[in-house]
Amino acid sequence: MNSLALMGFGPGGWGGAMVAAAGTTLLLAVLGFSAGAVFGTLAAWARIAGPLPVRLLADGYTTLLRGIPDLLIIYLFYFGGSVALSAIGQAFGAQGFIGMPALATGTIAIGVISGAYQAEVYRGAFGAVPRGQIEAGRSVGMGRLLLFRRIVAPQVLRYAVPGLGNVWQLVLKESALVSVTGLVELLRQSQIGAGSTREPFPFYITAAILYLCITTVSTWGFGRLEARTLRGERRA
Amino acid sequence: MDPVFMGETFVTLLGGLPLTLKLAGSAVACGGLLALALAAMRLSGSLLLSAPAQAFVFVFRGTPLLVQIFLIYYGLGQFRPVLQEWGIWWFFRDAYWCALLALALNTAAYASEIVRGAVLSVPHGQVEAARACGMGPVTRFRRIVAPIALRQGLPAYSNEIVSMVKATSLASVITLMEVTFLAQKLISQTFRAIEIFVCAGAIYLLLNIVVTRLVVLLEYRLSPHLRAAPREPASAEAAHA
Amino acid sequence: MPDPTSPLPIVRALGIRKRFGSLEVLKDVSLEARTGDVISILGSSGSGKSTLLRCLNLLETPDEGQIVIDGEAIGLRPTRKGVQPADRRQVERLRSRVAMVFQSFNLWSHMTVLQNVMEAPIHVQRRGRAECRDEAEALLAKVGIADKRDHYPAHLSGGQQQRAAIARALAMQPKVLLFDEPTSALDPELVGEVLRVMRALADEGRTMLVVTHEMGFARDVSSRVVFLDGGRIDAEGEPAAMFAAPPTDRFRRFIQTTR
Repeated sequence: MNSLALMGFGPGGWGGAMVAAAGTTLLLAVLGFSAGAVFGTLAAWARIAGPLPVRLLADGYTTLLRGIPDLLIIYLFYFGGSVALSAIGQAFGAQGFIGMPALATGTIAIGVISGAYQAEVYRGAFGAVPRGQIEAGRSVGMGRLLLFRRIVAPQVLRYAVPGLGNVWQLVLKESALVSVTGLVELLRQSQIGAGSTREPFPFYITAAILYLCITTVSTWGFGRLEARTLRGERRA
Repeated sequence: MDPVFMGETFVTLLGGLPLTLKLAGSAVACGGLLALALAAMRLSGSLLLSAPAQAFVFVFRGTPLLVQIFLIYYGLGQFRPVLQEWGIWWFFRDAYWCALLALALNTAAYASEIVRGAVLSVPHGQVEAARACGMGPVTRFRRIVAPIALRQGLPAYSNEIVSMVKATSLASVITLMEVTFLAQKLISQTFRAIEIFVCAGAIYLLLNIVVTRLVVLLEYRLSPHLRAAPREPASAEAAHA
Repeated sequence: MPDPTSPLPIVRALGIRKRFGSLEVLKDVSLEARTGDVISILGSSGSGKSTLLRCLNLLETPDEGQIVIDGEAIGLRPTRKGVQPADRRQVERLRSRVAMVFQSFNLWSHMTVLQNVMEAPIHVQRRGRAECRDEAEALLAKVGIADKRDHYPAHLSGGQQQRAAIARALAMQPKVLLFDEPTSALDPELVGEVLRVMRALADEGRTMLVVTHEMGFARDVSSRVVFLDGGRIDAEGEPAAMFAAPPTDRFRRFIQTTR
């Protein structure tokens, strides 16, 4: 069978499966990125305004996560999570080994990893908000919460867009590592196809092209977003 | 946590360290050279040279490293008869060379952007002053542009080296027995994920701390002009410029 | 005073035209400098005076016209990207005879003051290191910053940086010194120290072309004043006469508004 038919959408074609797997990759990336936004925001808040122990904890989190291979972290959550689940299962009288759901593993692992990077982005963006504007907010009697919601948060988001774009690209590429847990995302699907047809090249090249499409569209999208959010901002 | 088990694990994992170091070192060295060539192509001003370099960077930065590794190791394996005919099958048959090739190409793409940015950041006036006193392009690059760009690019390059150290872990997926491979094997045998993770993580972390420290040291050695002036407390703020 | 023993001008620009896009910055400008000339080039911003100076050092290539340095005409040839020097090596060789001092100093930030001064003599002119060092130290003493020789540019005041840049220019033993608004980037209290050095150089009989806004320097130090307006030479002559009786309306208005 030639490569084109192999990647076709007809009977015996793997095209549909590959596109569906690309969808899973996107889903995983979105979930992981969102989880990372939560972890990142918490860590950034802790590093900016937290009490000393919390701040140290957050410092440790961001430093550790950026120095340890992502693959190890995925293994940690995959195996560690399974062990924990099995233990909980046994406590409730279940028998044997309970595997960690792959999508959950991926989401948590990518969330924890990208959270460390997002924390840095949010912290940098917070630093870019002019202090005078915060003072101006205080001077008109805004409380802390109102100040954060109306003045700080919108500006942090705006300054964070370029950095978040980089983290998103990172997350997309990282999602391929989750294939080691057996989650059928784009790379895992390619492995399956390559194994069953004994034609690895068309599958991996197709995967590469699909990743390239996703990252290219993302770059374009974040570029648009950046242009929009920086409206009214004087260019240096 | 069981200290005896941790100790044994640590020793076991250290067995993978030489391979991790070899992969990271070779990838950074080969990738660095390729990055210089790519950056030169992009800065050449000739579309014929810069377009292929740009395409290379686009492809290698836009796809996951693991896909690149699989494509080179398994994907190219499909063309075994051709590769044998060309006499390069020995290279693509070997997981080590394939992993090294993927890592080097990948870091070259990222590092070439760092080099390009560093060269472009050299103040135009200082280059012009070099032109004005009759320096040719080669002297100008060697004496003025390269030293300033080197200092400029080092911090970003240090991050790239750390990325490469971390990226060597992906070689475990094509059965190279470096630190992550051994860790993963141990975990699947013992299911003591946390202890093993702590040991493996500590090895990578230490490695990366050493790399970062070394680069900071190098940066300090290379940047006397960014430090405080000798015996002049008044210009301390200039040091942060 | 023109030197009678040297009938050929050291620098000569003939019919220079220079365009940036659709904007014609220099429209047929001719200028020559003989040994010992100190020529002040005046003009409002956008009059083309800096461009003219940069053409003399070939930092800009004129679209039309000829540059002759020390009796040697610089070969120019049209290319797809506009007119370019025909022989890069000729340009590099001649450049060391017309040294340039920039508005923003442009000292090399990764080298000490002494290294800055020694750089071109060693690596462009390929002279001996020991000789270059002695000469560089003497030049630094001359511009009054011998004690700063081992400092990096970032650690010097603007006035000190500019004096170091002047020493760097002198180190190439040039026939002509070009100054491109050498005091415009300086705080007012630092202008004096740089002007003093320039005045001393003029008194030594150095040939200098100075683009400046310092009317005092133009009037008191230079041997000739050239006033550029809209890319053309509007007036030129001896400074005393020029300032006493402005030959053109434009020049009169110019000196009235800048004073």
